[in-house]
Amino acid sequence: MAKIGVFVCHCGENIASKVDTGNLVKALSDHPGVEICNEYKYFCSDPGQETVKRAIRENNLTGVVVAACSPRMHETTFRKACAEAGLNPYMLELANIREQCSWVHSDKDQATEKAIEITRSLVEKVKRNNELKPISVPVTRRALVIGGGIAGIQAALDIAGAGREVILVEREPSIGGHMSQLSETFPTLDCSQCILTPRMVEAIQHPNIKVLTYSEVEEVDGYIGNFKVKVRKKARYVDMDKCTGCGDCIQKCPVKKIPSEFECGLGNRTAIYTPFAQAVPNVPVIDKNRCTYFKNGKCKICQKTCQIENCIDFEMQDTYEEFEIGAIVVATGFQIQDTTLYGEYGYGKYKDVITGLSFERLASASGPTAGKILRPSDGKEPETVVFIQCAGSRDPSKGVKYCSKICCMYTAKHAMLYAHKHHDGNSKIFYMDIRAAGKGYDEFTRRAIEEDEAEYLRGRVSKVFEENGKLVVRGVDTLLGKPVEVKADMVVLATAIVPQPDAKEFAKKIGIGYDEYGFYNEAHLKLRPVETATAGIYLCGACQSPKDIPDSVAQASATAAKVLGLFSREQLEREPVVAAVGESTCAGCWGCVSACPYNAIEQKEIRDRNGNLVKEVASVNPGLCQGCGTCVTFCRSNSIDLAGFTEKQIFAEVMAL
Amino acid sequence: MSDPFEPKIVAFVCTYCTYAGADLAGTSRLKYAPNVRIVRLPCTGRISPMFILKALQKGADSVLVSGCHPGDCHFTSGNYHARRRWTVFRALLSFTGIPEERIRFSWISAAEGAKFAELINEITDDTRKLGPFTQYQELQKVIETQSSY
Repeated sequence: MAKIGVFVCHCGENIASKVDTGNLVKALSDHPGVEICNEYKYFCSDPGQETVKRAIRENNLTGVVVAACSPRMHETTFRKACAEAGLNPYMLELANIREQCSWVHSDKDQATEKAIEITRSLVEKVKRNNELKPISVPVTRRALVIGGGIAGIQAALDIAGAGREVILVEREPSIGGHMSQLSETFPTLDCSQCILTPRMVEAIQHPNIKVLTYSEVEEVDGYIGNFKVKVRKKARYVDMDKCTGCGDCIQKCPVKKIPSEFECGLGNRTAIYTPFAQAVPNVPVIDKNRCTYFKNGKCKICQKTCQIENCIDFEMQDTYEEFEIGAIVVATGFQIQDTTLYGEYGYGKYKDVITGLSFERLASASGPTAGKILRPSDGKEPETVVFIQCAGSRDPSKGVKYCSKICCMYTAKHAMLYAHKHHDGNSKIFYMDIRAAGKGYDEFTRRAIEEDEAEYLRGRVSKVFEENGKLVVRGVDTLLGKPVEVKADMVVLATAIVPQPDAKEFAKKIGIGYDEYGFYNEAHLKLRPVETATAGIYLCGACQSPKDIPDSVAQASATAAKVLGLFSREQLEREPVVAAVGESTCAGCWGCVSACPYNAIEQKEIRDRNGNLVKEVASVNPGLCQGCGTCVTFCRSNSIDLAGFTEKQIFAEVMAL
Repeated sequence: MSDPFEPKIVAFVCTYCTYAGADLAGTSRLKYAPNVRIVRLPCTGRISPMFILKALQKGADSVLVSGCHPGDCHFTSGNYHARRRWTVFRALLSFTGIPEERIRFSWISAAEGAKFAELINEITDDTRKLGPFTQYQELQKVIETQSSY
C-alpha cells in the first residue's frame, strides 16, 4: 500500500503569493495514497529538509512528492534527504509549481488549480516509481588529449603531473600548434617559442605522457570511464626510434621549393622535412605527394645520406593502435578564415597584402626573414603598414558574425613590433572598436598608441588597390566623417578565427555537439564551460571559441581538474535511468538496436540447460545506455521499459491530469 | 450562464531543451496561459503516440510535443525519431478521424523561454477557437456500441 508524503513549499512568497497553498494541501490530503501533506516556508532549508526526513521515518513513507521548484534546481537536494531518511532516493518526484506555475500565471485561482493537478499527477507517478540503485562502472584512469597545441600540452602536463597516464595525439609532424608560429605574445611581448618550447620538451619527455605526432583519432567507442579509441599513426617513412634528428636528409633533399605551411608560404621547405627547427619530436617526415621517389620511383637521396641503417623506410605503412581511455580532452584548435573571400582587399592578388599569421612569421626571429619585417614582394622594408581589423570577424554579410577576440590585441602587438624594428615606420590601423579586455590588455593597446605611435583610424576599408608601386587603402574615418586614402607598402589583415575545416565531421566521430560554425559546444556556457554534453569528453582552447593563450591555458588546466576529479575514483556512479528488456516477450526484431544512438543494445542468446538455442533477445548494456528511451517507444512488443520513466508511470501521470 | 470554455493542453516535453525552456520562461517571469500541463520525459524519442491518445482520451483539448532543435538533441538523435514518428502518426490521425490541429509539434531550446510562452498562448487561443475536443469520446462510444463482434 502506497504511503506518499506531499510537501508543499511556499518558497517564501515566490509560490505562496500566487498559489493558495492551503487549498493545495487540502486537495492533496484527500488524494488516495497520500499519508501526510505539509506546507512550509522553505523546504530546501535545513529545518525544511529535517521535516521531510522526520515525516519519512515516522510514517514509513513509500514515496515523496515535493511541490516546489524545478527538479533541475532541487531534485538532488531532496533525493539526498530521502536517502538520509532511509528511503530510496528515486522514490521522489518534484512537482514544479514555481517555474512552471506561480511565476508564469497571474490568476491565483487558476494557478492553484494548475498546481493541484501538477502535484496530483506526480503523486500518481511516484506511486509507481521503483527503487533504483546507481550503476557503478569502472574507470580507466588514462586520458586522451586530442591536439598538441598549447591547450592540449597544458592539459596533458597537468593530468600527467598528477600521476595519470596521458595519450597526446597530434596530427601534424610536431606538437606546438599555432603558438609555435607566433613571434612575440601580448601583453608582455615575451617570445612565443621561448615560453612554448620548454613545455613541448617537457611533454615529450614526461614519463606519463605518450606523444603520438602525425597521428589522427580514427574511432571513438564506449562511454565515460570506458572509451575505446583507435589512433591511426600515419607513415612518416622515418623510423622514430632510430632517427637522431641530425637533419642531413633535409639538407640533401633535392625538392627544395615547397611552400612551407608553417611559414604561411613565406618560406620553403623540402620534401623530407620537420615543420620548424624546434620541432618536437625532432624527427622528419616525408611528404609523399611531393617526394621525387614517390612520384617517379627514383631518388632516395635522403636514404643514401642517412647514416643509420633502415632509418628511412619507403615501405612504411600507416599503423593503428587502440587505447583504453577513461576521459577525452578535445583541444583541436582553430584555423584562420580563407581571406580570398574579400576580393576588395586584394589578398592573393597583391603579394604585400598578408594575413596577421604571416606577419607573425615575418616578425619571428626564427621566421623566413630572421625577424626582419620585409615586404614579401621585393624584400624591402615597408615604410607604411596598414592593418585592417575585423577582416572577416563581426561581418554577418560576408564573414562571420562573432568577434575573433584576439585580433585587437595582436594588431596592437604587430604595430608595436613594427615600430620597434623600423623606428621611422608608420603604422595605421583601421578598426571598428578596440576590444582590449584582459589583465594588462588595455594598457598594452594604449602603449601601442602613445609610445609606439600607432595611428588608429576608426572605420572600414572599402578597397585596396595598387597604384605606382604602392598599395592604396581606401576607407573611411568615421570619427572625422571623411573618406581617407592611405598609401601603404604592406597591408595586414586581421583574419577571422574559424574552426578547423573538419571540425564538424570530427565532432560527429567522437559524439559531441557543435554550433553553426563548427565550434564545439560546452555543456553550459557559464557553469560547465569545459565539459561537453557527452559525459567524459572535455573541451579546451580555440576549438570551443576564439581564445588567446592565457584563456586557452586556463581552460586546459580546468579540463585537467575535471579529468582528475573523474580519475579520483575507481568506480563511477551513474544515474540508473536506463532501459531494460523484458526477455519473455522480446521477439528479437532488433528495431531497438537500430534506434539506439549509443549502440547500447546487444543481441543475447537464451539457451536451455542443454545448451540449445531457445531464442535471441535484445539486451541493454547499462553502462552504455544514456536513458533517452527512444528504444522503448520503438519496441513493437512493448518489451523494453525505461527506469524512472516507465510506461506505467507516464500513463498514470497523464491519467491524473 | 455557463463558464466560458477553458481548454486543457497537455505538453509532452524533453527535459533537456523544452522543459528547461519552460523553466526559463518562469525564471524570466513571462506570463502565459495557465491551460498547459507539462509531462517531463528524458527525450522526445521517449514520447509514444499512445501518450498523446491517452491525453486526448482523458480530456485534453490539444496536445503539444516539443523537444530540442534538430541537431541539438542531448541524446544525438531522439528528436529525429520523434519527428519521423510524428510524420507516420499524423497520417494515421487523419485516418482515425482525430483532427490534426489538435496536436502540435515544435522545437524549443533551453534558451527559448519566450518562444515557449508565446507558443502556449498561441495553442490556447487556437484551441479556444476549435472548442472542446469531444470527437475521441464519441469515437469511443461508437466503438463500444459496435464491439459486439
